[in-house]
Amino acid sequence: MYFYTYDGSFEGLLTVVFEAYERQGWPTAIEPEQLAQPSMFGETVQVVTDETKANRVWHGLKKRLSAAALESLYYTYLWEQSGFERLIFDYARLVFDSPESVEGNYTAPFILQVQQIHKQVHREKHRMEAFVRFQKTADGLYYASISPDFNVLPLIVRHFEKRYADQRWAIYDSSRRYGAYYDLQHTSFVQLENPALTPKQQGKLSSDQYDDSETRYQMLWQVYFDHVNIPERKNPKLHLRHIPKRYWKYLSEKQPRLQ
Amino acid sequence: MNDKIIGKLKILADAAKYDVSCSSSGGKRKNENKGLGNAEGMGICHSYTEDGRCVSLLKILLTNFCIYDCAYCVTRKSNDVQRAAFTVQEVVDLTINFYRRNYIEGLFLSSGIFKDADYTMERLVRVAKKLRQEEKFNGYIHLKTIPGASDELIKEAGLYADRLSVNIELPSEQSLQSLAPEKNYAEILLPMGSIKNQLVQAKEESKLFKATPKFAPAGQSTQLIVGATAESDRQILQLSDQLYKGYNLKRVYYSGYVPVSTDSRLSIITAPPIIRENRIYQADWLMRFYGFDVKEILDEAQPNLDLDIDPKLGWALRNRHFFPLEINTADYEMILRVPGIGVKSAKKIVSARRFAPLHFDHLRQMGVVLKRAKYFITCQTRSLQRQDFDSEQLRRRILFGEGSVRSALLTQQLDLFRQVS
Repeated sequence: MYFYTYDGSFEGLLTVVFEAYERQGWPTAIEPEQLAQPSMFGETVQVVTDETKANRVWHGLKKRLSAAALESLYYTYLWEQSGFERLIFDYARLVFDSPESVEGNYTAPFILQVQQIHKQVHREKHRMEAFVRFQKTADGLYYASISPDFNVLPLIVRHFEKRYADQRWAIYDSSRRYGAYYDLQHTSFVQLENPALTPKQQGKLSSDQYDDSETRYQMLWQVYFDHVNIPERKNPKLHLRHIPKRYWKYLSEKQPRLQ
Repeated sequence: MNDKIIGKLKILADAAKYDVSCSSSGGKRKNENKGLGNAEGMGICHSYTEDGRCVSLLKILLTNFCIYDCAYCVTRKSNDVQRAAFTVQEVVDLTINFYRRNYIEGLFLSSGIFKDADYTMERLVRVAKKLRQEEKFNGYIHLKTIPGASDELIKEAGLYADRLSVNIELPSEQSLQSLAPEKNYAEILLPMGSIKNQLVQAKEESKLFKATPKFAPAGQSTQLIVGATAESDRQILQLSDQLYKGYNLKRVYYSGYVPVSTDSRLSIITAPPIIRENRIYQADWLMRFYGFDVKEILDEAQPNLDLDIDPKLGWALRNRHFFPLEINTADYEMILRVPGIGVKSAKKIVSARRFAPLHFDHLRQMGVVLKRAKYFITCQTRSLQRQDFDSEQLRRRILFGEGSVRSALLTQQLDLFRQVS
């Protein structure tokens, strides 16, 4: 029995795949170092992330998989739900051990599961691209805070870079406590931890930090939202299906009306 | 000043909301000038109204002053409503500031007709031009083409807009004449044809010269009102079919008529025909994505869609001789015709069956909805139903669940009740 621990990074997880193959020791469990429980039975292997080894695994997968399938594996990593490490490992092992391509074989349980996870993560990514609402600060930064179900911030950066190439913006994931900041040239990932704030306050903007025009445009947006609605066609069920309540916190049009 | 803008926005958003088009997809405009915005790839719905419609674009009228008196239109000359007009700069400011905050994908600008068609069209073009040239805006712009506007203006509009549309308004020339005496089909189809020719020409030229300016890269669409006049669903779908084939339209939008007028020229309805509108959209999808011909969906014997069941199920019940279909061997095109199986499921089935013969558990795990499909397919010759049903029995089982004894008439009444309440 082998218990693998790693540093929580995607490269670390790929290194685990390499190490497991090298010692032909198939994992009973794979866990991040800080969460791992010491085990009385079997061998615990503390894997140190190694870029060369990770790259060899990634290139091996690349030779056997399409770009879309590789993306699904990375999405599974960002999915972060219990057991994702094991799923990525099992998928990789199936790919390496099968003489022919296994892509699209939805009769194999973990191929189907990875495909379904891809769909879930992609939907959350798309929702963040839609529901992020920037607030303009007095120093001209467009700021938004999010707390997505899955760790999709790395996936949405490219979209916002292309779209808002001429404005400084930042998106902060308040539940994972890190953000992306674009300075008109590059996007970097930043930590803004302020221990004095509770997690709920983290990354929230107070209205005295607003640009002068900010409240006005939030108000205009609320006005527009109210007046584009056709009351005769009211359909609350459909409305909620499209924007479930947990997303309302992002949306200025779903906040109390500004005066 | 702020209050004035709020007042205008209220009036001119209210006046624009009956135009149902909301799409912001199909454009290929990239942000190449380090400017603002990007309209490549799929559209995004940034919000949803309480009636469940997507809010993707800032959809407003430039003005609701209008010299026409179309009976179905809230903006008609004889209607006693508040009037307002935006300046070009006001529309530009709203668009840019909404866009920068990620509220919208772009602008959908239409207008009441003031003075004459060219005068109005020229203003619309000016907004788009200013956004593109002065603001370096690469977001999505949809401009409404005013019937009767000159060819030059339409051509210029296409240089700045991603999509152009001319509304055909009503499903027949006769209805149009009775409800919108100032309009006629010729005046509507002329610009539609001219846009189509420009689109074809720009495409040909771009093959020869790389730097050919883009012309409305997301194509053109139109809208017609359902339920204000007496046309059958068959007439409506035949018209759409002609528009898709003859004018290469990207979309025909159907707007269930919301009673905004008590004009005596209109049929009297109390609530918008929402279910009918939905069935027409389903039929439209069958024509565009599922390989159905309009003649297969409706014919002389059955000129209207069944409100209780979707049109694909309707077709399958009339064409039982194609079924049951063996999922492991049937062509992709036929799998698409199974009620309840959509494009994604059909693709997954065709992909997975290369590896192993499929059975019903595979389909369930893949997320294929079997509620309707199970009556029309077999997996390795096995079926989920033990006995044969005739089409009427099948219809009842699907509508009311297995073993149900409720009569179809009762739910029809419930449906009516639902529509009214």
